[in-house]
Amino acid sequence: MSDLAQAHSVVAPSTTTRRIAGALVITYALITMIPLLWIVATSFKTPPDSIAYPPKIVFTPSLEGYVNLFTTRTRQSPEVLATLPPPTAWYDKLVRSRNMVIAGPSNVIPRFVNSIIIAFGSTFLAVFLGTLSAYGFSRFRVPLKDDLLFFILSTRMMPPIAVAIPIYLMYRELGLTDTKLGMILLYTAVNVSLAVWLLKGFIDEIPREYEEAAMIDGYTRLQAFRKAVLPQAATGIAATAIFCLIFAWNEYAFAVLLTSGNAQTMPPFIPFIIGEGGQDWPAVAAATTLFVIPILVFTILLRKHLLRGITFGAVRK
Amino acid sequence: MSEASTSLKLADRAARVTPDGVAKPIRGLSDRAIAWFFIGPTILLLLAINIFPLIWTIYLSFTNYRANKPNADVKMVGLQWYQKILTDSDVWLAMQTTAHFVVWTIVVETVLGFGLAWLIDKKFRGHGIWTTVILIPMMLSPAVIGNFWTFLYQPQSGLFNYGVSFLTGIDPSSFQMLGSVTLSPWAIVIVDAWMWTPYVMLICLAGLRSIPDYIYEAAEVDRASPWRQFWSITVPMALPFIMLAVLFRGIENFKMFDMVNLLTGGGPGSTTEVVSITLKRQAFESWRTGYSSALAIILFVTVFGLANIYVKALNRVKQR
Repeated sequence: MSDLAQAHSVVAPSTTTRRIAGALVITYALITMIPLLWIVATSFKTPPDSIAYPPKIVFTPSLEGYVNLFTTRTRQSPEVLATLPPPTAWYDKLVRSRNMVIAGPSNVIPRFVNSIIIAFGSTFLAVFLGTLSAYGFSRFRVPLKDDLLFFILSTRMMPPIAVAIPIYLMYRELGLTDTKLGMILLYTAVNVSLAVWLLKGFIDEIPREYEEAAMIDGYTRLQAFRKAVLPQAATGIAATAIFCLIFAWNEYAFAVLLTSGNAQTMPPFIPFIIGEGGQDWPAVAAATTLFVIPILVFTILLRKHLLRGITFGAVRK
Repeated sequence: MSEASTSLKLADRAARVTPDGVAKPIRGLSDRAIAWFFIGPTILLLLAINIFPLIWTIYLSFTNYRANKPNADVKMVGLQWYQKILTDSDVWLAMQTTAHFVVWTIVVETVLGFGLAWLIDKKFRGHGIWTTVILIPMMLSPAVIGNFWTFLYQPQSGLFNYGVSFLTGIDPSSFQMLGSVTLSPWAIVIVDAWMWTPYVMLICLAGLRSIPDYIYEAAEVDRASPWRQFWSITVPMALPFIMLAVLFRGIENFKMFDMVNLLTGGGPGSTTEVVSITLKRQAFESWRTGYSSALAIILFVTVFGLANIYVKALNRVKQR
């Protein structure tokens, strides 16, 4: 499409230049993808294959990593194993072939559920509060508007560790330590700054005439907001929500300092997936793969808004 | 405060923005009430979960409180902790380590990121797809990915060592990225660059795209060489964006915690102990709450101060 236009421009790079540029960028992209592909590959290896040297690029795929991720197992002596009824399910057989029996489910599902509840809960709240505030800042004369907006942004500059101590103490007083509610509130507070800045940008772009027309038609301010502004801002709200979701999904520092079991999310949990005699890398890779998939989907959905999101909307594309 | 706020607005304007406050106020008696009703909850939440803890941190930094002994008598100790920290050679070392990380990650990421952006701006076929692919690492969890890199860095079986030995012929088990005093800082720089180069690239790309074509056309008419065009047009016009990227990365890396904690935990010895790691150790392992609160405040003030100084420079570049 733009090829035609560029053909007329004096400054369009030549085909050769473009090819070289393309080759270099693709090389970088492929190199950068290697660790990710390696995670996925490792998740389908057996533990011995995963630590083989030289690293195995060709291997027989196995679901052992995933089985190990979802179960806890105990090692049994051959005599004990002989007394047990033969395994029926494929995962029983897999575990039995390593002289182990499944003792029960692992903690991974509760941790995953925690991640989902905390990420979605805080995203919903942050986007809700953010939309209201962004509309407020965009449309009303708010005293000290610039200072308030900067204050909102500056909260994001704080190192998590710096506020973790008093939050820990405060949560201990309030009984919020290691609770999902506590983590939701915390992530909401961290995300709301991003939500306000991003959404203000989106709402600023919606012409005021929409609401003015709606209000002339007899709608109240709130109705106009709901019926004229929200539908227009829907794309922006969705993009903001995904950014908040990604942050809450990936957050580690607060999670590791403020949760221990009940409200623990995936990021602090994954490194502590231990197998027999050290880290069970296929299981870690399986957890990482499952954990990363939603983010990959979101990244692709978000690609048009990425720049805005990562710069708080300070730079637009 | 307002300095940084104006600069953010400048950053805003750098990329053509909606003018602020141009629209006329809308009639209606309850608008003021609605405004506060809309903004109030956010401000309250931030006060409760950000500002209150910050003020509490300031208070704690003047006490000998220990979070693991909540019932002990709390005594005010004045500026003792601040004095201790500022004269503590370990803290200075951690500050230096942090500064090294900030500088090196920024250098590597800016060079790579700007280079990539410049190449992508040539609009080769399929640049959209490849740009998206490059952006993926930045969206992942630094902690989870950092943890997996410890696997890639295994001297016996890791892909990284294998790759290096494949390319250079060095014995892969002869170097330990995470266990060696000289290499472990670089191990972190590599992972950080892997994750965040795309970030710098994206901002640089926005900068390059903001340069209007006619400037190049004029240069072409004047028969300026491509080299000359690059240094006289491309770099200066993209500079505010590059600086913005450096600012954001600098602030983030000053707080760097996730990746370091999982890759090296500050080790070996204390070669990769950045300030956040010191802070975590003091606060949640040694339970020296007062001391760590003072350190938190010093870290916060440093980030804030450096950001403001830098932002002034950024403004000067933009006003040129």
